[in-house]
Amino acid sequence: MTTSETVITLTGLRRSYGTGRTAFEAVRGVDLAVARGELFALLGTNGAGKTSLLEVVEGIAPATAGTVEVLGHDPYRQRHQVRPRMGIMLQEAGFPADLTTAETARMWHGTLGRPRPVEQCLAMVGLSHRAGVRVSSLSGGERRRLDMALAVMGRPEILFLDEPTTGLDPQSRRNSWELVRSLLAEGTTVVLTTHYLEEAEELADRLAIMHAGEIVRSGTVADVVASEPARIRYRTVDTALTDPAELAGLPAVSATPRTGASGVEIETGDLQATLTALLVRAEQAGAVLEHLEASPASLERAFLTIAEGRGADAVPAAA
Amino acid sequence: MTATPTTSPNAGTAAVRAGRTRRLLALARAEAILLLRNKTALFNAVLLAPLLVGFFVTVGGDFLGPDPAAMVASTLTMLLSIALLMVVYYNLTTSVVARREELVLKRLRTGESTAPEILLAYALPGFAITLAQLVLAGVAGALLAEAPPLARPHWLILAVLGGTAVFALLAVASSGLTRTAETAQLTTMPLIFVALLLSGFSLPLHLMPDVVGQVAAWTPLYPVVTLAQHGFGTVLPDGTVASGALRDVAQPIACLIVWGALGVAGVRRWMRWEPRR
Repeated sequence: MTTSETVITLTGLRRSYGTGRTAFEAVRGVDLAVARGELFALLGTNGAGKTSLLEVVEGIAPATAGTVEVLGHDPYRQRHQVRPRMGIMLQEAGFPADLTTAETARMWHGTLGRPRPVEQCLAMVGLSHRAGVRVSSLSGGERRRLDMALAVMGRPEILFLDEPTTGLDPQSRRNSWELVRSLLAEGTTVVLTTHYLEEAEELADRLAIMHAGEIVRSGTVADVVASEPARIRYRTVDTALTDPAELAGLPAVSATPRTGASGVEIETGDLQATLTALLVRAEQAGAVLEHLEASPASLERAFLTIAEGRGADAVPAAA
Repeated sequence: MTATPTTSPNAGTAAVRAGRTRRLLALARAEAILLLRNKTALFNAVLLAPLLVGFFVTVGGDFLGPDPAAMVASTLTMLLSIALLMVVYYNLTTSVVARREELVLKRLRTGESTAPEILLAYALPGFAITLAQLVLAGVAGALLAEAPPLARPHWLILAVLGGTAVFALLAVASSGLTRTAETAQLTTMPLIFVALLLSGFSLPLHLMPDVVGQVAAWTPLYPVVTLAQHGFGTVLPDGTVASGALRDVAQPIACLIVWGALGVAGVRRWMRWEPRR
């Protein structure tokens, strides 16, 4: 990043639903900054609060507490200043079933200040050949692409994509990524939520992982992955190599090794060092390590650790 | 990233918005296309009001008046009233519910159109049909019988515009109480029934106990009928002529304002942009 202009700033953001005894706090104090031109991915399990958070940033709902500033404005109260500069692709929004693809796009086109031409937008998402087809006859993936076409139509400075590729086939997903990359190259800021960690790894400059309404990790993909240990797994009948106390003496082991019915699991901050020492011990003991598996830390592992509720308090958010 | 805010094509700092009229027409046009493609809605919007008026005219009654010109004026008054109920009120309730359930309203809220614009755009096709029906019926009446007298056109215009505003607001409020487009028939029925019955042209109110007339005068369609009669200078069933004098239209205007306010309150209270989960 050579530009550091911040286009989205959240401070102590909270959002609750309902009042009194039925109140539920979906977003519990989020601080966040998104720089112009970057792709910021927001990850989390279902119900983590991603969409609730996004709706506040998009200006669809007000914050219960805390502040949110988008392009220097309050996106809810100063909607008219901000909204024309945003493109929003909701997780779930509909189309009138009886309009054609082109009629739908034309309708949206007429509501925008400086839109891209309808034909161009349909071409961007590969729907030109479906222009004359009723929306009710489009496949789920095609509707998702039409969603995307409308979101980018207004030449937004900030594009919000809430699970943009859910329901797309692998080829269409790749095409969507290409489109997002070309928008990033034009300087568009993108805020993305996704269930596909591969998508975040592929596109994100920075990401945050939400759990139970809070951001528990954030940073670049490398930052987030670096905070996770690598893992070695195997089964063996050798008693020394299944003894947690013995194994804890291996170099770089980051937690007490676990042994159980499914075998031994060792977490390490330095996979090569631990693995080498382990193999040397096995060699010396003449032990056989069955189902030996060494896996580096990955975004998926980091995500799963958080999703299972482990690590939520262990490592504070890096942002 | 090498793009800088100053060279980026997206980096404008001022929000450019489409003109209000352009936004309105884009949405209204889409609504009009949808109406044309929905046979049931199209029948309700285009044919139902003329058919009902035809029925009332055939049945006759002293509402129609003594001469051909008065009959044309009374027919137009009935047409306006029924169009407000069927084309504006019922039709708009149905389409707002349908768009809400299709999650189209939710989408529109992510765009640049404001809430009043979206609702106004949705009311426009019904309003246009109502106007067209009135003009066509007026021309047909003038050719077949006699041109209706237009003593004070401003009261007629107020009846059309005020009536449309009131029934459009009531439609949006009703949409919030309606779960599906199909059940709109049920939720709109009470208001349609009461308004029609006490409008002044279905029940002979002047032959009924005073209290019925006093209640009727505060139902939403009554001021539309009264204002139209004052616009046409109609001879009323009790033999007097609708004068058009301000003191004679003050009550109907007040009634329209009351229903307009109730409509706004109902919209604020019940209108929803997303289906209930």
